[in-house]
Amino acid sequence: MSEQSKPSYAFNKSKTKTPMREQKPEDRIKNFNEVPLGFTEEEACQEGRRCIQCKNAPCIGGCPVGVDIPGVMRLVGEQQYEAALRLIKEKNFLPAICGRVCPQEDQCELHCNLNKPDKGREPGGVGRVERFLGDYAMEHDLNVLPPKEAPTGKKVAIIGSGPAGLTAASDLVQKGHDVTVYEALHKPGGVLFYGIPEFRLPKKILIREIDGLKDMGVKFVMNYPVGKAESLNSIRERYDAVFIGVGAGLPWFLGIPGENLNGVYSANEFLTRVNLMGGYQFPEKADTPIKKIKRIAVIGGGNVAMDSARTAKRLNPDHVYLIYRRTKAELPARIEESHHAAEEFIDFQLLHSPVEILGDEHGAVKAIKCQQMELGEPDDSGRRRPVPIEGAFKTWDVDTVVVAIGQGPNPVLTADCPELELNKKRGTIVTMQETMQTNLDNVWAGGDIVTGGATVILAMGAGRVAADSIHSYLTTGSARPTVEV
Amino acid sequence: MGNKIVNARELAPKTMLFEIEAKHIAERGKAGQFVILRLCDQGERIPLTIANRNVDKGTITIVAQEVGKTTRDLNALKVGDEILDLAGPLGRATDIPENKRVVCVGGGIGIAVVWAQVQACKAAGNHVTTILGARSKDLLILEDEIRPFTDELIVTTDDGTYGRKGLVTHALQDMIDAGETIDEVICIGPVIMMKFVCKTTEPYGIKTVASLNPIMVDGTGMCGACRVTVGGKTRFACVEGPEFDGHQVDFDELMSRLAYYKNEEARALEAADHHCRLEAAADALLNEQNR
Repeated sequence: MSEQSKPSYAFNKSKTKTPMREQKPEDRIKNFNEVPLGFTEEEACQEGRRCIQCKNAPCIGGCPVGVDIPGVMRLVGEQQYEAALRLIKEKNFLPAICGRVCPQEDQCELHCNLNKPDKGREPGGVGRVERFLGDYAMEHDLNVLPPKEAPTGKKVAIIGSGPAGLTAASDLVQKGHDVTVYEALHKPGGVLFYGIPEFRLPKKILIREIDGLKDMGVKFVMNYPVGKAESLNSIRERYDAVFIGVGAGLPWFLGIPGENLNGVYSANEFLTRVNLMGGYQFPEKADTPIKKIKRIAVIGGGNVAMDSARTAKRLNPDHVYLIYRRTKAELPARIEESHHAAEEFIDFQLLHSPVEILGDEHGAVKAIKCQQMELGEPDDSGRRRPVPIEGAFKTWDVDTVVVAIGQGPNPVLTADCPELELNKKRGTIVTMQETMQTNLDNVWAGGDIVTGGATVILAMGAGRVAADSIHSYLTTGSARPTVEV
Repeated sequence: MGNKIVNARELAPKTMLFEIEAKHIAERGKAGQFVILRLCDQGERIPLTIANRNVDKGTITIVAQEVGKTTRDLNALKVGDEILDLAGPLGRATDIPENKRVVCVGGGIGIAVVWAQVQACKAAGNHVTTILGARSKDLLILEDEIRPFTDELIVTTDDGTYGRKGLVTHALQDMIDAGETIDEVICIGPVIMMKFVCKTTEPYGIKTVASLNPIMVDGTGMCGACRVTVGGKTRFACVEGPEFDGHQVDFDELMSRLAYYKNEEARALEAADHHCRLEAAADALLNEQNR
């Protein structure tokens, strides 16, 4: 932060964040509309004025894409919303998305100097303000495009249109490169489209942000699974540089008896049917069916499990269980997500681990049998390990089971290119940490295909690092950026 | 930007052949691989195996039988219409044997896939015997297209209206009983047919490959809807298949999984019909008002 004059406004000394209005749980479980309703201008301005404009700005270091957060908060506090939007878009082209899906409590807001939970003081509501700006642009039809450098004549292919690919595309197109994004599915956005439910990230907002990239000149090719439609090596020949951001799209199952019964879905399938294919509107407005659910068990404790349980709840079932083998304290999901799920009458059955799915005479799920667990010593992840309580089982009658225990790297692209170095154990692509460069000279990779299943913002951060390196490679011949990111 | 239909013809009642512009799929596709298509913005994604390719024209051929709303909508398309979304070639290509004696068995709509298989088998120097089965003569498809690529062709119909009366397994059993050398059998057709083809060859240890057709959503390994049990292990047909060692496949599970959305399929058709009737009524009303 450079020396700046004092803001023209008085700071808002409220200890807590400006609250954001939400749909009531009993209402929202009957629709797929967004749960938090967003800030008004007045609310955003008040929250902007809570930022104390500290010089060291630790929040910026907590942001994987390095947004000038105090600068943005101050402009919002000064009610200069369009200028704030312009500043945020210098670093983050997708604020309406990040404001909704980033775990700010672990990033910018965690590092905020205001953040003193023991004194009852909450950090600046960076995520809420960011979301406001994204929505403000949409409501006022502001097409704020960052400045674009002169064309370099270099061509870059981005494989996968998820968060990593979109971020890399946005950075590279701003640097004047000719960018084409290839996507296997029929809609762009990757997990943002097929995975994250409408009530967390409305599709029209996602589409709007992607349209912004198209306005910047990024080309999108749908229905093009690289590795099948064209080999990676052929793409490498046609482009000066290639970024692979194909995600971790290979769902894990539990490996227990009964898992192939009718009514058992991977979270990916369940969410894809509902989100991407619009199955909740079957048969009137969508052709992809989803079965009428009476009682459903979602297995897992991460964000995807919460998304699955909350999605299931909106399909009007009698009961939704969420079965997790540890306790609430170990849930990997964001607190906000598990909190929303609990508010929505999801029945958390903690310290249970499925051992068998039982079927009826037609091959359909009728119940799930679980082993009761207790917590033992901490494991490698530092979390206390769940240990079976001998002889203690519990069975619930359900007709649907959704398995949300994570996913591995999708092999469609990597299997097609044996020269690309993979982690032998995990199947992920090996990259150099500083540059995200692979062992192939003009190929970079980032996001879940490198890390295994992680978060949207980490994928975006990887997309940014790779884009910097690609830009350096294309302009100087060296993949290592000379300027600090 | 969709993919244009350049040729459309009816092969049998409710069964249409489409030749579609798809240059990269024509170039990269191999026998045994499939495409996923989607017809409209609210449409579902359905997998269809590539029946033929024309690299010079940059086209692929698919054959669709009307079984639900999407296939009904597809089969109503005409030359010049476009397929909104078409992705491929997906799945693994068939491991085509070389210089062997191969029997390709096709039943019903599966004959479309056999068309691709016999061409590939013939090109690899195999001696190819093809057995095609249909319920009745008018349902038999692609006989003339397949004939040039096969050394022998046996046709069976359930009702005896054409070829030999009986099932494909009878013809296959006769070949085995006659002591003919069979190195490999490739079968594609209704699950029940593939199950019994595999049962026929199993006692003789004849390698038998079955091309499976489970329900899929994305077709790229992402959803796992297509999981099948092969040799006691769960496999994803879309990326690890669609072809597997038929003697290891749990066909009963596959049949059960294929039937899961039967009621929903009927509901989709009902809803579409209802919608059509509403539109017709609205049109009639508008015409009335305009008059």
